[in-house]
Amino acid sequence: MIQNNKNSQPSTITIPSRTERLNDVRQFVAQAARVCGFTDADVNNIMLAVDEACTNIIKHAYNYAPDESIEVNVRMHGGEFEIVIADRGKNFNPDSVPPPDMKEYMSQYRRGGLGLYLMKKIMDTVDFQFKANRNILRMTKQLH
Amino acid sequence: MNEFKVTIREQENAHVLDLLGYLDAHTAPVLEEAFQQMIGNGKFRIIVNCRELTYISSAGLGVFMAYIEDVRANRGDIKMSNMSPKVYNIFDLLGFPMLYDIVNDESDAIAKFAALS
Repeated sequence: MIQNNKNSQPSTITIPSRTERLNDVRQFVAQAARVCGFTDADVNNIMLAVDEACTNIIKHAYNYAPDESIEVNVRMHGGEFEIVIADRGKNFNPDSVPPPDMKEYMSQYRRGGLGLYLMKKIMDTVDFQFKANRNILRMTKQLH
Repeated sequence: MNEFKVTIREQENAHVLDLLGYLDAHTAPVLEEAFQQMIGNGKFRIIVNCRELTYISSAGLGVFMAYIEDVRANRGDIKMSNMSPKVYNIFDLLGFPMLYDIVNDESDAIAKFAALS
């Protein structure tokens, strides 16, 4: 699928909205990132960001309905690894999730809500749009 | 399918949870059940041995968050050991080393519990 480190053909995996399929998405994205030349540490982080995104979709957009679908597209474009994840679930407004103050968060021993924080920490850009009844999440990371 | 398994064993003055495999939103309930079992039985000195833990996402980290307060309120602790650099990195991204006692080896955690006895 990959021609060189700067650009590649897009590649897609579509999974049903079930947590048991998270591993398939992780392997798919890890393989693509590895071939593009990311270090093992970056590959692991990118895989985690995508896991968190898909987990959020399963939980919040689809509310655990098992037979909806999640489409994950990856490509290398101008030296940037781009991941686009689409679902037809409930509209997600990232502004409704305030960025956690981690110190306060930890001191309150809260659980959940860490996924978006991790995605933003790992990726260079994280952008949500709602278009034609689909949530479109686009994340990028530059290959150094 | 990603595999995840928890084995519980008693070790001197603590209980050790050996984690194996992939801990994510799918498998987190398995760990949750193990913690419920520990706490239900009044076992609050818990060591989580991560030697064979390959992967953890925030769903797995959330389980530790859910129980640490209860465990510490009962004069116990959740100490973590034998983490690979890959797994440690994920804990580190969230600042967990500030909140949890993460030690190199299980024996270090046992020694720390022993020092409290």
